[in-house]
Amino acid sequence: MNFSSSIIKNVVEAISNFPGIGQKTALRLVIYLLRNKKNAYKISNTIKELVDKINYCSICFNITEFKYCEICQDPKRDKHTICIVEDISDIMAIENTMQYKGQYHVLGGLISPIDGIGPSNLNIEPLINKLSNGNIKEVIFALCASMEGETTNYYIFKKIKHIGCEITTISKGISIGSELEYADQITLGRALINRYSFENTLKE
Amino acid sequence: MILKFLSIINFKNHENTSLKFDENINCIVGPNGVGKTNLLDSIHYLSFSKSYFNSIESFNIKEKENYFMIKGEFFNQEKQELDINCSYTNKKKVLKFNNKKYDKLSNHIGKIPLIIITPIDSNLINGSGEIRRKFIDKFLSQIDSSYLESLLFYNKTLNQRNALLKNSHNTNDYIDLLNTYDDSLAEFGTQIFNKRRDYISSIIKTVKKYYNIISNDREDIDVEYYSELQNNSFKNLLKENLQKDLVLQFTSSGIHRDDFIFKMKETNIKKTGSQGQQKSFLISLKLANFDLLYTKTNEKPILLLDDVFDKLDDNRVEQIMTILNSDNFGQIFITDTSFNRINSVMSTAKISCKYFLYNFNGTYHEKT
Ligand SMILES: [Zn+2]
Repeated sequence: MNFSSSIIKNVVEAISNFPGIGQKTALRLVIYLLRNKKNAYKISNTIKELVDKINYCSICFNITEFKYCEICQDPKRDKHTICIVEDISDIMAIENTMQYKGQYHVLGGLISPIDGIGPSNLNIEPLINKLSNGNIKEVIFALCASMEGETTNYYIFKKIKHIGCEITTISKGISIGSELEYADQITLGRALINRYSFENTLKE
Repeated sequence: MILKFLSIINFKNHENTSLKFDENINCIVGPNGVGKTNLLDSIHYLSFSKSYFNSIESFNIKEKENYFMIKGEFFNQEKQELDINCSYTNKKKVLKFNNKKYDKLSNHIGKIPLIIITPIDSNLINGSGEIRRKFIDKFLSQIDSSYLESLLFYNKTLNQRNALLKNSHNTNDYIDLLNTYDDSLAEFGTQIFNKRRDYISSIIKTVKKYYNIISNDREDIDVEYYSELQNNSFKNLLKENLQKDLVLQFTSSGIHRDDFIFKMKETNIKKTGSQGQQKSFLISLKLANFDLLYTKTNEKPILLLDDVFDKLDDNRVEQIMTILNSDNFGQIFITDTSFNRINSVMSTAKISCKYFLYNFNGTYHEKT
């Protein structure tokens, strides 16, 4: 695309970094921003605030404005159960079901060498450390049922099975084809209650 | 399965074609270039959501148009109507079954059992192992949806493993991750291996039976399955080849390297068979698939025969017609360039059929 100004070009390129947004859409958004200056300032300020103030919880990697997230700070929640999810959107989906009262652990993605994501790019090491310190009775896998999700489950399983806590997974039917965040609340809630031993899903 | 009604818009050279078919034999006759094969291909498309000939979808759209649409009204053995509607526009394919859109196109495979025989099948004999693997994968996917699932999972895992071999083998975790992929490849690859092996052993008798009927000779023909898994477990294979794989930066062993050799007199039929023998062999192989597909789906598959009688002697043609005239077969679509030939084939076999006679300009008339 040919841009009349290098400023426009930079913004379009920055915005088209968003997943699912191409240059054409980016340019349309830029034109909108130029026409609505007030809104543009509001958007840029909120983004700046987001980047400056939001951290990752140092226990579970959920987002928070503080050192620990609300869930990790809540004394009423079960400290002996950890649910492993890909992203914070999965936490929101599971919280909406109101069926789960344990802790979370956010991996920040799935293993996929094609996309340059190996185990060291994810929060797997901190998870292993957390489990090694004891006190955790059950780990629940709640990753999507794609090939990448299953690889990540299995990889982590092999790394933690010697620790001795119970390892379970939410029922397979639920997330096949659709990601966790799109699963409806009732199905997701039921899947969490009816979770089963991960080892039994392995054919060997 | 019976295709009652077909409607095609902008598919290849068909601008707007609507045809009502006979439940038994339909002969599409006319000179080259009027779109006989494309008509068969549109029926194939409704079964596989893919062209048999072109994998590049934009080539399937009629020149100067920006979409195509194929619609078919099918009836199964229980007389239930199945409406399949497939359209392609803006690089997006939409496939509907009884007006319900599929989430995944692969869920459609097997719903409309179909076998196609065309002159380009000679690639199966002359082409690379990949062509034979694809042919067998496509067939097994039709009779077993878990085969297709295993295969898709295997291929994704293979791509990830190759990417790992290429990019990340200096990281600490790569051996653990490699092992994870190896376990998955072994699990799904072994499933695929077993199914391919069982398929070959279950089909070989029928291939021989049909070959002997069609060719009238008693040449010894055979299909052999070659796989590294015959002598080794998949896990071992991956372990033994790891150093090689690291150098090559891809996975050098596994079911993605399998091959199937078609043999006559214990040698590749590519070398020992005449053109007529090769053609008879391919027809026998496809008819054996037909029988297996019928057994597995409990539904008579639709049979598409594209220019099959060309370059075959009268004897073989007559024998093929005797086979096709049995109760085992249902609806058949035949294309031919010569009305005189196909008409004499049909009257010799005492078969009544519906003709679609095309003229040079693409118009046609029906005749029974
Ligand atoms: Zn937290």
